[in-house]
Amino acid sequence: MAETTYPDRKIVLAGFGGQGVLFAGKVIAYTGLIGNREVSWLPSYGPEMRGGTANCSVSLASDPIGSPLITAPDVLIAMNQPSLDKFIDAVVPGGLIIADSTLVQNIPERSDVTVKAIPAADIAEKAGLKGLGNIVLVGALFAADPFCDPEVLTAAIEKCVPARKAAMLDKNKQALSLGIEA
Amino acid sequence: MAQDEKLVFSRPHSLLPVVTNYCPGCTHGIVHRLVCETMDELDIEGQTVGVAPVGCSVMSYDFFGCDMIEAAHGRAPAVATGVKRVLPDHVVFAYQGDGDLASIGMAETVHAATRGEHITVIFINNAIYGMTGGQMAPTSLPNQVTQTSPYGRDVSKAGYPVRVCELLSTLDGPAYIERVTVDCKKNIRKAKNAIKKAFQYQIDGVGYSFIEVVSTCPTNWGLTPQEAFEWMRENMLPYYPLGVYRDVVADGYANAAEAASARSAACPIAHPEKSEGGN
Amino acid sequence: MAEKVLMKGNEALAESALRAGCRFFFGYPITPQTELAAYMSKRMPKIGGTYLQAESEIAAINMVYGAASAGARAMTSSSSPGISLKGEGISYMAGSDLPGVIINVQRGGPGLGGIQPSQSDYWQATRATGHGDFFMPVLAPSTVQEMADCVYRAFDLADEYRTPVMVLADGMLGQMMEPVVLPEPKESLPEKPWATTGHKGKRAHNIVNSLYLTADALEKLNIERFKRYEVIREKEQRSESFMLDDAEIVVVAFGASSRVARSAVVAAREEGIKVGLLRPITLWPFPTKAIEGALSHAKAFLSVEMNMGQMVDDVRLAVNGRAAVDFYGRTGGVIPTPEEVLSAIKDSAKRGGVL
Repeated sequence: MAETTYPDRKIVLAGFGGQGVLFAGKVIAYTGLIGNREVSWLPSYGPEMRGGTANCSVSLASDPIGSPLITAPDVLIAMNQPSLDKFIDAVVPGGLIIADSTLVQNIPERSDVTVKAIPAADIAEKAGLKGLGNIVLVGALFAADPFCDPEVLTAAIEKCVPARKAAMLDKNKQALSLGIEA
Repeated sequence: MAQDEKLVFSRPHSLLPVVTNYCPGCTHGIVHRLVCETMDELDIEGQTVGVAPVGCSVMSYDFFGCDMIEAAHGRAPAVATGVKRVLPDHVVFAYQGDGDLASIGMAETVHAATRGEHITVIFINNAIYGMTGGQMAPTSLPNQVTQTSPYGRDVSKAGYPVRVCELLSTLDGPAYIERVTVDCKKNIRKAKNAIKKAFQYQIDGVGYSFIEVVSTCPTNWGLTPQEAFEWMRENMLPYYPLGVYRDVVADGYANAAEAASARSAACPIAHPEKSEGGN
Repeated sequence: MAEKVLMKGNEALAESALRAGCRFFFGYPITPQTELAAYMSKRMPKIGGTYLQAESEIAAINMVYGAASAGARAMTSSSSPGISLKGEGISYMAGSDLPGVIINVQRGGPGLGGIQPSQSDYWQATRATGHGDFFMPVLAPSTVQEMADCVYRAFDLADEYRTPVMVLADGMLGQMMEPVVLPEPKESLPEKPWATTGHKGKRAHNIVNSLYLTADALEKLNIERFKRYEVIREKEQRSESFMLDDAEIVVVAFGASSRVARSAVVAAREEGIKVGLLRPITLWPFPTKAIEGALSHAKAFLSVEMNMGQMVDDVRLAVNGRAAVDFYGRTGGVIPTPEEVLSAIKDSAKRGGVL
């Protein structure tokens, strides 16, 4: 595996339970494992998982990771309005926000961060990939901020989708491409 | 031994030659002997692990010759479960009194039974906490005077005694449940048969077995041993009727699992083999 | 080298326990340790082991007591409220010299408390898990790798010293994923001639017991057991030092809070403060030797914990008045931020005359 030259990243992914924010976070975390970087993935847990909001913190770094709980993310992936509202102020200046505009209608003003809003859930659904808006957003993040080698990202997807679900793997890869192009 | 003498009675090998801590007239001694005769006759002393309770028989680990474990109060069935899971080919029994088994350890009792653990539980029910000096037990009878029911057990405040055999027989796990007593030769022989059958069922993999021995406590009841038996026959046996409460083999099943299966015949999820094509 | 995999702390711990030769797991569901039990329920039947969901935490620890009596490597896991219920059984294990491993994936307390990560069972783990005169080794992992390593070591310690051993983790370590290299499966396990496995007519009966009605006999046993504890104190202290060599301020933190403290130490060093981190891995025995070593250059100690101040007692006992001892903590399931800890380091530095 090539030596990584990518900067450290603190990424928060947030949305409703069931939107796949934990899975999307896992894909990003696996790029760290495959790229031989320090990595941590921390989910929110407990009753809030059931129908409420779910979020996870993913850190990619060159040095050992301190707290895996990210309070000041470089990147926020927001899959619904409450999640965006909850975390927008925490994003560091110069940071990046990727929002699914299918569900996030109202993006508060912040001039010191880059905001990329794409209708990820719509894009996925129209392509026959219902439920893969989360992976479209990972693709969008990769396009805006390449956080690993492209082949590492593909390998991470392959790690996260079980081999016996080959059809799902193709769909995930397709969703990733749609996100990168969006 | 002289030539013309014939040995007709001796201490069972698995009953160690030590002085017990039991009061004169206590039935623990008889029941210990029956358990040990059983171990000798089935030749299982070396393959048996016993679990002692907290109560009068707390020190029975010094009396039984097999390997022994002293459990926390009420936890003997859980401890026995742990042992049996590690040593499935061994014989494991718990020996417990009424406070231990039917009060503080009721959860462990019920759940070991409903899991159908392949263990044998010997339950000494003398309707009182003996070791601590005669307090009200979960099996103390209505109006029974004890140190903590000095005006008699008032069921409107202290509630009713627990009939353990009846309660456990509602469960699917047990293979064999019988209530016996040891007040006379005939009943001692019956008790012995029950205990031996209980161990045999465990050895044969039939399932969980439970023997309740309706017993006495002359010391804390304040009666002579014979008076105590009299009081027991008069008051306890009507409340705790002797007899077999469950015997899956007598009911025509090979084991507890088969009996449980028959009991749940109408429940589809319990019987995937009946659904056409499966799922 | 074995493959590095990404795993949740609870799952890495469970898999490592299996590799340590544990084939008997008795548990009861409670957040945030549930993945551990779920992992065991999935794996045990496939490797000929036993996963048993007990009727209660009390029953679970007593099943461990039984399985350990029968000579097996056995384990139970829970979270704070459940550990309180296991206290009785742990005391009986200590009193009967039974090995076994207990996992506490801590959450906030007291009472039902919360389900977010906490370290508020430090006192319970190191002082009084149950009644009576006893200690047990307590290991505190701070990474998913250490979740695996600590439980693996816990089984060896338990067998070597015939004692229950606790792994004191927390909800954060249990829930998070990190890369981990799992240990090799144990080839052979120690003989246990004391175990109640049936005497087969070849020896006197073995007895597992904690009852001694003669005061002199019980005293003698307790004194003997404490001699064993002295050996553990002497041989088994473990800790990790980070930037400690010249540190004037020594942050002491374990588990999840040590990760936050580490970030704060790095930030403080960037500001020129001579600060280091001493991370106890054994909470009992507390790494007094490491504290002793740090005393040659330390002007102040700062205990950082996710509770109202518990381990700070042990820091004070070890420092014994020879340097200032401060405390910073968050409680109730709140995880301190590196910024908060940095600010506490600065306060300690000022009080210690270093800043």
